[in-house]
Amino acid sequence: MESCNCIEPQWPADELLMKYQYISDFFIALAYFSIPLELIYFVKKSAVFPYRWVLVQFGAFIVLCGATHLINLWTFSMHSRTVAIVMTTSKVLTAVVSCATALMLVHIIPDLLSVKTRELFLKNKAAELDREMGLIRTQEETGRHVRMLTHEIRSTLDRHTILKTTLVELGRTLALEECALWMPTRTGLELQLSYTLRQQNPVGYTVPIQLPVISQVFTSNHAVKISPNCPVARLRPLAGKYMPGEVVAVRVPLLHLSNFQINDWPELSTKRYALMVLMLPSDSARQWHVHELELVEVVADQVAVALSHAAILEESMRARDLLLDQNIALDHARREAETAIRARNDFLAVMNHEMRTPMHAIIALSSLLQETELTPEQRLMVETILKSSNLLATLINDVLDLSRLEDGSLQLQLGTFNLHAVFKEVLNLIKPIASVKKLLVALNLAPDLPEYAVGDEKRLMQTLLNVVGNAVKFTKEGNISITAFVAKSESLRDSRAPEFFPVPSDKHFYLRVQVKDSGSGISPQDIPKSFTKFAQNQSIATRNSNGSGLGLAICKRFVNLMEGHIWIESEGLGKGCTAIFIVKLGIPESLNESKLSFMPKMSGPQTNFTGLKVLVMDDNGVSRSVTKGLLVHLGCDVMTVGSSEECLRVVSQEHKVVFMDVGLPSIDGYDLAIHLHQKFTRRHERPLIVALTGNTDKVTKENCMRVGMDGVILKPVSLEKMRSVLLDLLEHRVLFEAI
Amino acid sequence: MDNVIQLQKKLVDYKTSLFNEGILDDQFTQLQQLQDESNPDFVVEVVSLFFKDSERLFDELTKTLDQQNIDFNRLDAHVHQLKGSSSSIGAQRVQRVCILFRNYCEGRNIEECLKCLQQLKREYYFVKNKLETLFKLEKQIMEAGGTIPVQ
Repeated sequence: MESCNCIEPQWPADELLMKYQYISDFFIALAYFSIPLELIYFVKKSAVFPYRWVLVQFGAFIVLCGATHLINLWTFSMHSRTVAIVMTTSKVLTAVVSCATALMLVHIIPDLLSVKTRELFLKNKAAELDREMGLIRTQEETGRHVRMLTHEIRSTLDRHTILKTTLVELGRTLALEECALWMPTRTGLELQLSYTLRQQNPVGYTVPIQLPVISQVFTSNHAVKISPNCPVARLRPLAGKYMPGEVVAVRVPLLHLSNFQINDWPELSTKRYALMVLMLPSDSARQWHVHELELVEVVADQVAVALSHAAILEESMRARDLLLDQNIALDHARREAETAIRARNDFLAVMNHEMRTPMHAIIALSSLLQETELTPEQRLMVETILKSSNLLATLINDVLDLSRLEDGSLQLQLGTFNLHAVFKEVLNLIKPIASVKKLLVALNLAPDLPEYAVGDEKRLMQTLLNVVGNAVKFTKEGNISITAFVAKSESLRDSRAPEFFPVPSDKHFYLRVQVKDSGSGISPQDIPKSFTKFAQNQSIATRNSNGSGLGLAICKRFVNLMEGHIWIESEGLGKGCTAIFIVKLGIPESLNESKLSFMPKMSGPQTNFTGLKVLVMDDNGVSRSVTKGLLVHLGCDVMTVGSSEECLRVVSQEHKVVFMDVGLPSIDGYDLAIHLHQKFTRRHERPLIVALTGNTDKVTKENCMRVGMDGVILKPVSLEKMRSVLLDLLEHRVLFEAI
Repeated sequence: MDNVIQLQKKLVDYKTSLFNEGILDDQFTQLQQLQDESNPDFVVEVVSLFFKDSERLFDELTKTLDQQNIDFNRLDAHVHQLKGSSSSIGAQRVQRVCILFRNYCEGRNIEECLKCLQQLKREYYFVKNKLETLFKLEKQIMEAGGTIPVQ
């Protein structure tokens, strides 16, 4: 055997100590081997671990340490050189690795520590986000509640439902103990408890509006926390043992219709507010959160809007009812008025006739009586009767005229007349009376005043006569001057007639007449009354006058009908008076026309009809000969035919006029007319075609015009009519109709 | 000459009575106005024409009304003719009955039409009589050498 290199140490004396060391080393080694295993196991389990390399290093370090300690076990007793070498190797390795690890840890541990802080940070963040999410969710909830509330509120237009719904929904959403609405009273000085959530019938608590807490709430458009002890919040006896819940109050603007002008949306011009008070449950230690306050504010606004809608609706319904009532009343009144007018017209129509007949009798017989032999006394009596009855007749006429004027049923009868003659006639009429009173009457017609005018001659004369008559009536001595001229534009705009804007044109002119007297005059405040019906100047001078006071009223109506204006100027009592009126008259078309009506009618059969060739067509023998006789008498050369065929056969260019009878179906005169038109295409070759008919209706006239007839004459025809018809025909080559 | 004056007065009175009774109207006066030297017998001619025409029309009317199916349109046409003639000479009463007759024609009332025809004939003979008397008077005056007074 070789020499054994193994050194067999003998168990020393400290055998126990050795034994313990031995055991400890063993366990240490065990631990050292198991720790990495555990580490590996758990690291494998967890997917995320950033420092694998460190772990490996650490594992290596531990393993090697373990190995070292394990190998140490063999060194307690005699061990060979191999063991020593192995031991040394492992120790060296362990030393290296542990130093490396130590060095590495220096880098790594701060990192690991910071991971921890980051983790903490993230946890905080997560918590915060959670909180925020919670908030958002709450807000979302709130929003949903608001929408639902709004929907509920807006789904009705009934005020009470709106308010009740608001309170109920708010109570539910916010889990309130009590919710109350205080409305301002009519006087506006107090707030009255109108609606509550829990109490069924709120007793009419009132609270003066001037309380500071209320003012505080009203001045802010936010929900304001108020003390639970203030009067508006003390609605129920305190139920809980501890603190009553927090109370919040918000103002609800009550908008009125008058707040809404179209172009002008109301800002904070509303004056009236209601107060909504919300109480959290007592003993709940809940607090009003911001989002809850916001919810309350939004709801308050919505309620305000809904309330104003309801109010507006109520108002408009009320207005509509009012209008309906008014309409009915107006309709009724209108029907009554119509009935009254009809009754009056009927009455007038009857009285017109009834009143005038006896008047005529009285006047006629009295004038006849005047012609007989009478004693002076009797004559005086008869004259008085006559005068009075004349007055009465005039009055009746005036009244009837006036009512017709007021109805608007009076129409002017326009015609061409001689203007100068009208004035002269009035002058003639007034001269006798004026000379009796020893008054001088002067007439001044401007040189540019047209001689002829178109208008209602009768009514113009009536007006003029009335005005001049008044002048004479109210003048005891002195003179009266009548001036007439054409009003020019400057003088048209008179300061006394501000609403009167006449516009002269080619076809019209404005006649201005001024009647100045030196009589009693009128005081300025009485002037407007002069044109009122039945109003009389109560001055001494009028004691002698008579007349109903209707005259000027009628004149005014006439002047208005003539698109003019009438007024009186006077400087005062005793200073005389000037009556002025302006009326619109037409300018006659051509002088020929106006002169025509004044040409004396030509008499005698020898007019320019001698030898005029005419053709008469009539199937009735008698009327044929009569017509022929008429025309022969006028000097015409007449040919007669009895039928249209014969007429067409005989007619020629020489015939100037064809008279045809268009009676009934037996003769179709219309066809004949058409045929004549066809036969003579050129107008100057064709004879004039005149229809003789007994029908005055429109249809006949229209038919005649339609077939191209030049004229229509209504039978029976007198000599004069035939003469004037022929004159007109031959002059104008057309005559449409002579009745 | 007393005779003439008497006759003339009689004529005037007679004519006035005819007008007052409504037998003749203004149209007759017109006719008289048309009579002059160039046309001395105008009125008599026209009136004779009227008599002839009317009698013809009466025959037609009687014939039409005798038929089984009365042709109202034809009836109406005849009456219209008669109306025209009578109005042309101023036979007022005849004209009025014609108007009435035409209304009944429109209403197709046979009873009333027959009655109207009778009345028409009565009025016609009445006016014929009167006019013939008038003309006789005028002729007497002319023969006595006087002139017809113009009203």
